[in-house]
Formats: sequence, C-alpha cells, structure tokens
Amino acid sequence: MYHESDDLFSLKLHYCLQVLSSELTHRKKKMANGSEALIKAFSGIGIDEKAIVSLLGESHPEDRQNFRKGCRDFFIEDERSFERWDDHRVKLLKHEFMRFKNAAVLRAMHPWERDARLIKEALIKGPQSYGVIVEVACTRSSDELLGARKAYHSLFDHSIEEDVASNVDSSERKLLVALVSAYRYEGPKVKDDTAKSEAKKLAHAIKNVDKKNLVEDEEVISILSTRSKPHLKAVYKHYKEICGKNIDEDLTADLIVLVAVHCLCIPQTYFCKILDASLTNNADKKVKKGLTRVIVTQADRNMKEINEQYQKLYGVSLSQKIEVTANGNYKDLLLTLISRGK
Amino acid sequence: MTSTIVVPDHVSFVDDAEALQRAVQGWGTNEKGIISILGHRTAAQRQHIRLAYHELYQEDLVKRLESELSGDFEKAVYRWILDPADRDAVLANVAIKKLVNPDYHVVLEIACIRSPEELLAVRRAYQARYKRSLEEDVAAHTTGDIRKLLVALVTAFRYTGEEINARLAKSEAGILHDAIKDKELNHEEVIRIVSTRSKAQVMATFNCYRDDQGTSITKKLLGEGDDHGTEFSKALRTAIRCLNDSKKYFEKVLRNAVKRVGTDEDALTRVIVTRAEKDLKDIKEYYYKRNSVPLEQAVAKDTSGDYKAFLLTLLGKED
Repeated sequence: MYHESDDLFSLKLHYCLQVLSSELTHRKKKMANGSEALIKAFSGIGIDEKAIVSLLGESHPEDRQNFRKGCRDFFIEDERSFERWDDHRVKLLKHEFMRFKNAAVLRAMHPWERDARLIKEALIKGPQSYGVIVEVACTRSSDELLGARKAYHSLFDHSIEEDVASNVDSSERKLLVALVSAYRYEGPKVKDDTAKSEAKKLAHAIKNVDKKNLVEDEEVISILSTRSKPHLKAVYKHYKEICGKNIDEDLTADLIVLVAVHCLCIPQTYFCKILDASLTNNADKKVKKGLTRVIVTQADRNMKEINEQYQKLYGVSLSQKIEVTANGNYKDLLLTLISRGK
Repeated sequence: MTSTIVVPDHVSFVDDAEALQRAVQGWGTNEKGIISILGHRTAAQRQHIRLAYHELYQEDLVKRLESELSGDFEKAVYRWILDPADRDAVLANVAIKKLVNPDYHVVLEIACIRSPEELLAVRRAYQARYKRSLEEDVAAHTTGDIRKLLVALVTAFRYTGEEINARLAKSEAGILHDAIKDKELNHEEVIRIVSTRSKAQVMATFNCYRDDQGTSITKKLLGEGDDHGTEFSKALRTAIRCLNDSKKYFEKVLRNAVKRVGTDEDALTRVIVTRAEKDLKDIKEYYYKRNSVPLEQAVAKDTSGDYKAFLLTLLGKED
C-alpha cells in the first residue's frame, strides 16, 4: 500500500544518510588534516609547541590512532597489534625540543662563557667539530678571544691552548693551538709588500702540498695565526691577483685552513654558508647546530651584514628561509634575533 | 714581593716634576738630582711624575731625559722610567731586531717569568707602540723550531691555579725524557708541554723528571747537543730555567754580566731595572749565598759614574 508518508520517510532517511556521510568524510578529513598538521609540528628544526598543544590536546583517541597509523616515520607496527614510537625518532625529537632551550641558555650567557663552552664542546666532539674552534678563534675580536681564554680558566681549570694541545693529536694541532693563542693587532696599518710576499708564500705552500701538509707548514701557520685581520684581507686580495683565483678554490682539501681563511678574510660569507647548510633538509645533526650558534653569537655584532650577504648569495632573505624551515618558539627566537640587524 | 727601592713616605709629583726640570735645564745636567728622585719612586709614582711634568712644561719627560743623558746611564734611566709593560715591549723589540745575535733569552725571560696577566699587558703595550703584535714580529724574525717555541711561549695564557695532576706530571716527564733521548728531539711535544701547561703543573713535571732520571732536565739538555739543535736546546734550557727558578736564573745572568771581561751593561741594567720592584732583594740574597760577595760590591767594582750611582740606588742604597 502506498502512503505519501513513505516518500517523506525515505527522503528524510536519505537526507540523514547524506549528512552523516559528509560528517564522517569531514571527520575523516579533519583527522587526516590533523595528522598532517601534527606530523608537520613535529618536523623541521625545532617544535611547533602551539600546534602540538591544540592538536594533541584536543585530539580524541581515534585521532591519535590515525596519526600513529598514518605516520610510518614516527611509528612502527608492532607484531602485537599496536603502533610504537620509533626510538631513534624519539631521540631526534629530544634534540628538537631542546633547540629552544639551548638557544635561550646560550643567548643569556656571557659571551666569554659562551665561547669557552663552544670550544670545550668542540674538543669533546672531536675532529668534525674542530671548525667551531677555528670559527671562535678567528671571528672574535682580540679582546673577545682573550675573554674566552679567561673564562675557560674559570670553567675548566686549564688553559684553552693546553686542552687543545693535549686533546688534538692530528696534524691540525699546531695550527689550532696557534689560532686560539692569537692576540692580533687590530689597527688598520698594513704593510702591503709584506702582504704580497706572504701571498706568494701561501701560493708556494699550496703548490707543494704533496710534500708538506698545509696544516703543518710553518709559514702557513705563522701567517694565519699572527697577522692582523686587515693584513690577511690584503693577503687574500694579493693571492687573487697573483694566482688568478681566490685562495678558497685551492684549499678544498684542507678544511681547517679553508675555514680559517674564510673566518679571517670573509667572515660574513662564512657565516652565510654555515647558516645555509644548517637550513638544508636532512642536514647533519652537527650542521644543524650551526643555526643556533651563528645567530645567537652574531645577533649583536654582524647580523645586518649577514642578512645582506645571505640575500646576495642565495636570493632569498634569511628570515624567509627560517620561517619555512623552523618551528615554534625556536623559530620566533631566531627571527627576533635576526631582526636586530634590520 | 721583595722590592729593593727605598721610597719616602710622602711624595709630591709636582715638586718632583719641578725638581727634575731644574735638574735638566741650563747647560749641564744634574744627574745626581735625577737619580735622587727617580731612583726612589715606584712605577705608579713615576707615571704620575711624567704626567705632572707634561702638565707643567708641555714636554715629555722621557724625551727630555733621552736628550740630556747619554750612555749606559741614559739607557738605564729610560728603561726605568717607562711603565713596566711598555718597558718589556721595548726590551723585546730591541732583542728581536738584533740581527747578528738575536737575544732570545730576553724574549724568553718575558714570556716565562711574567705572570699571564703581565705578559698580556706586554702584548698590548707592544701593539700600542709598534702597531704589530709581538708574536707577529717574533715569527717574522725567526724560523724553524726556535720560531715555534718562541711564538708558543709568547702567546701563552697559562691557567694560574696551583693544582697539580701528579699522574699527568709523571707521564709528561716521561714524554720529555723520550723526546730528549731521541736523536730527533721531538720538539712538538716538548713545546706543547713547556708552553701550554700551567706553571705549577710544568714545575711538577720538571721535579718528576729529576726524581725519575736522577738528574735535572736542564743538565740533560746540556749534555745532548754538540751542534744538533743547539739553538733550540739552548733556548729550551733558558725557558725551563726561567720557569723553574727565576731567581736562580737571574743570579746567573748577573754573575755572568759582571764576570765578563768588559761588563755586560745591557744584562745588568735589564735585571736590576726589571726586578727592582719585584724580587731583587731575594735575588741579592741568592747572589750573596752563591758568590760570597754582595751584589752591590760586584756592581760597584764593575761600573762607574752616574750609571753606577743609579744602579746602586735601585739596589737599595739610601742616599
């Protein structure tokens, strides 16, 4: 028997089913979006604290289940039917959570203590971190380096040169000890003929690199560790005139010497390279640390020049790159520090 | 601190400046007047007198004295009147520039006997005066192992704590022993130990060496080189002697200075002027013990005139 109310009922039913279905889809989409957003909040440099508070905080158990199932990078399907955190990933996350804390502590520190601790840490970490020792020794002013040496006495009951000399047993030892011991003249006076002849000495040493390592060459060590920075910039210039190319291109096999030359002669470019490397995807753990180190230590000094040079070298502003790559409080702190140079 | 100079209780810099002006004006110079004032003032007081003199007469007292005085007396007064860090910078520069026979021991004395802060002050004074760093000049005038040793010593900023790591001292004494025994005299390790360790630690190392080897490290170094590495081992010995016992070192310098046929006035002046306000009294006592003759007597016998009078005043003779 046909009743008018049957049609109405099926209409209503149809309507209800549609609403329910779209709700479910919407719900599924929200959960999927939430998962994506949560993954994003946990990825990159630093952690997006706000996003995590809202996403995890307001999530239902099913949302989190979806998150775990959908994120193979973070979670492993266990044979006993649950998804477990990947231990290695948790370890990495620990570092990311700590980035803000490390940056804040480093920022609050007295520059002398900061530099002393950076050097100590580099010594402990070993040869891949020796570039940091060179960075500190060569980019600070004479009195700043001196301050670091004093702070080192207080913090570690040894002198920097003592610890570098006894912990570094590779061929780089002499150069490293010499660089941390420097108290360079800071006036503008430069003897141009001396600079020219020293450029020649460096060229000669580079040519004979198969007979004697650059890092152990007495002349190289002497020039790099005793001359003033204006003098070394003149040497850099003369090298280009004599050899037709920048000395950097001839130093690709001698990392420590290259870093020293960069830090002494073209520090802004050096800093930009460190920053850019740290902002690359899948950068090495050590390389990523360069971001905090450079920005925190340079914020009050060369930030303006670094910003300009970065834009020049890479065609994008540093703050833009950080906006895209970093997260949360860490990102905000970095951006604030960078904006001091605008 | 065992200073030998005798300073009056009350000093007026203006009076002193005026008295000095009277001593230098006119035809002759009243050297005794100069000695009687400058020879009885501390380093800080001397700087005040320079300032007062400049205020009153728009002239640099140092330049005036340089022009009025001459010979060994002038050299001594010039070094005396400079601020200690500045003085050391001048001494170092003169020593480095000596082409024929560079005076490494002067640089070694400054690097090894001054405290880390004092050495730093010397480096700053050197930069202010010569517009180059001390290490730059040392490096430019030396080569090879001597250069490595000197630059390392001059750039050191040693930890000043008194703590000693006995195990480390023993092991580094062993390293030194091996290095000296080797025909090659492994300079790298020797330079490292001697130039980077704190003074307390390095002295403990030398003591360990003596205990383990039965002979002091300096005697061992003496025996080693006929001509192999002579310059280096000589410099090393000086550095070690300066680090180990500076008073004994200075006694020997003084003894040699007066013993030689023709006195070594430069050495005599240097030791007396640089140590008068530090430990010259102790050095005097040591000298007497070693030579059975008071230092003043030896100096009086070997020098004359105003130069002698000035040195004796710095040695503590009261007018």
